[in-house]
Amino acid sequence: MSKIHISATVNGDPVEFLTEAGVTLLDALRDELALTGSKEGCGSGDCGACSVILDGRLTCSCLILAAEAQGRRIETIEGMARGGELHPLQQKFLDHAALQCGFCTPGLLIAAKALLDANPDPTETETRYWLAGNLCRCTGYDKVIRAVMDAAAELRQVRAA
Amino acid sequence: MADLDYVAPASVAGAIEALAGGGAKVLAGGTDLLVQMRAGRVKPQRIVDLKRIPGLIGVRQENGGFVIGASTSGAELGEHAALIHAWPGVVEAVQLIGSTQVQGRASIGGNLCNASPAADSVPALVAARAICVVVGGQGRRELPVEAVVTAPGATVLAPDEFLLEIRLPPRAARASDAYLRQIPRTEMDIAVVGAGVSLTLDAAGVCSEAHVALGAVAPTVLLVEAAGAALIGTTLDDAALDALAQAAEAACRPISDKRGTAEYRTRIAGVLARRAAAIAYRRASERT
Ligand SMILES: Cc1cc2nc3c(=O)[nH]c(=O)nc-3n(C[C@H](O)[C@H](O)[C@H](O)COP(=O)(O)OP(=O)(O)OC[C@H]3O[C@@H](n4cnc5c(N)ncnc54)[C@H](O)[C@@H]3O)c2cc1C
Ligand code: FES
Ligand code: FES
Repeated sequence: MSKIHISATVNGDPVEFLTEAGVTLLDALRDELALTGSKEGCGSGDCGACSVILDGRLTCSCLILAAEAQGRRIETIEGMARGGELHPLQQKFLDHAALQCGFCTPGLLIAAKALLDANPDPTETETRYWLAGNLCRCTGYDKVIRAVMDAAAELRQVRAA
Repeated sequence: MADLDYVAPASVAGAIEALAGGGAKVLAGGTDLLVQMRAGRVKPQRIVDLKRIPGLIGVRQENGGFVIGASTSGAELGEHAALIHAWPGVVEAVQLIGSTQVQGRASIGGNLCNASPAADSVPALVAARAICVVVGGQGRRELPVEAVVTAPGATVLAPDEFLLEIRLPPRAARASDAYLRQIPRTEMDIAVVGAGVSLTLDAAGVCSEAHVALGAVAPTVLLVEAAGAALIGTTLDDAALDALAQAAEAACRPISDKRGTAEYRTRIAGVLARRAAAIAYRRASERT
C-alpha cells in the first residue's frame, strides 16, 4: 500500500504529512499532526465535533479524506487563540459557562467562528440553525447561544472602534 | 480499507480512464460515500475524486439557462443570486440537505447519484425539467433527471460514466418554483415526503405550464404529470389545487417506516404539493 504525500496549510502554517487513501482528515489531523482538538463524536457527519474550516467553508473533517487536503487551507480549533490570548468566542464560552464536559466545544467554537466570519450580526434564529449540526449532550444549548450572541456583539464593537 | 487507492484527476478524460478498471467509486462531497464506506456498505478499490476537474464545481449561465457543475455544494448554490432568482425552489431544496457543515460539501450531483428516494434536491430538479449531462468511455449523453435513478441506490450510469453537469432550461418572465418537505424534526432529518412544483404564468396570471414531482413516496422520485396538468389553464383556484392534490395522492406508492405510515405519506404528499404550488404561483406573480 503506497503512502500519499500531502502538503497543505493548517492554521496558517505549511504542513506536510503522509497518509493512506481511506484515512479521514480528522484522523490525519489528530494522528499525523498531533492536533487533537478536533474530536470524533460520530464519524458520520451528525455531531459536528470534528468541525474544521476548509478553504473558508465549515465542514466535518470526519467526512473528508486526508488525501483531499493537498494544497488546501485548513483552520482548526488550535488556530483560534492568538498566542496566549483567547478568541472572543472562547472567552464568552467561559464567561457564560457554555461548556460542561467540553467534548463538543472545539467544534462549536469553529462553527461559531465560521458564522461570525460570514455574518457579524446574526439573529438568534440564524445562529441556532447555523449550529444545528453541532450536538451537545450537556449544556442544553442555551448558554452556547448566549455566548455566541454576546461574542458577536463584542466583535461588532471592536470592529466599529 | 486495505488496497484502497485515491486519485484526483484534473480532466474528464483522466477521470474516465481512472474509472475504467471497475471497482471504483466517484467522490464528490463524501457525505454519503464516506458514511457508507465506514459502515462497510460499499467497499470500493479506488476513489476517483472529481472536484479537481475544471467545471465540476461552479455555476455558469448559458443560452438563457444555467449549467451547474455536478460537484457544486449546497453552500455555493445558496450564494448564487441569479440562480436563486430564476430557480428559488431548486436552491431551497439543495439547501435543506443536512447541517451547515454538510452544506459545505454535499453536492447536487452526489444527492442525485446516491439514488435515495428521499434525496431533497431531486423532486425540485425533476419539476424544473433539468437535464443531466453524463460522460464516459462511450462518449457523452444527455438525459432527463428522472431517468438517472432506477431504484433505491441504483442508477443508469455505467461503471466508467459520471455526471458532469446539470442543466436548467431558460426561464420565462413569469415563472418560478418551490420545494417543501415534511420531516419529523425541525432540522437534520430525512424527508417523509418532498414536493417540488415549477410553473409558468401568462400575462393574465393563468398557468400555462406546470410540473409536479414527489420524493419519498415511491422507490424513485415521481414526475406526476396529471398533477401538473391540473394546474394548466387555471389561476390555481381551490378546484385546481384540489385536483392537483388528488392527482398527487393517486401517484403515491409509499412504504411505511418509523418516519411515517404509507397512509400518512400519501395524505401529506397532496398537502405539500398544494402548498408548494401556491408558493411557486406567488413567486411567479411577484417576479420582475
Ligand atoms: C448529517 C447528514 C445529513 C444529511 N441530510 C440530508 C438531507 O436532509 N437531505 C438529503 O437529501 N440528503 C441528506 N444527506 C445525504 C447527503 O448529504 C446528500 O445526499 C449529498 O447531496 C450527497 O452529496 P455528496 O457530494 O456528499 O456525495 P458523495 O458522498 O460524494 O457521493 C454520493 C454518491 O453519488 C456518487 N456520485 C457523486 N457524484 C457523482 C457524479 N458526479 N457522477 C456519478 N456519481 C456520483 C458517489 O459515487 C456516491 O455513490 C445527509 C448526510 C449527512 C451526513
Ligand atoms: S465526528 Fe464528524 S460529525 Fe461527528
Ligand atoms: S459540553 Fe458536553 S457535549 Fe457539549
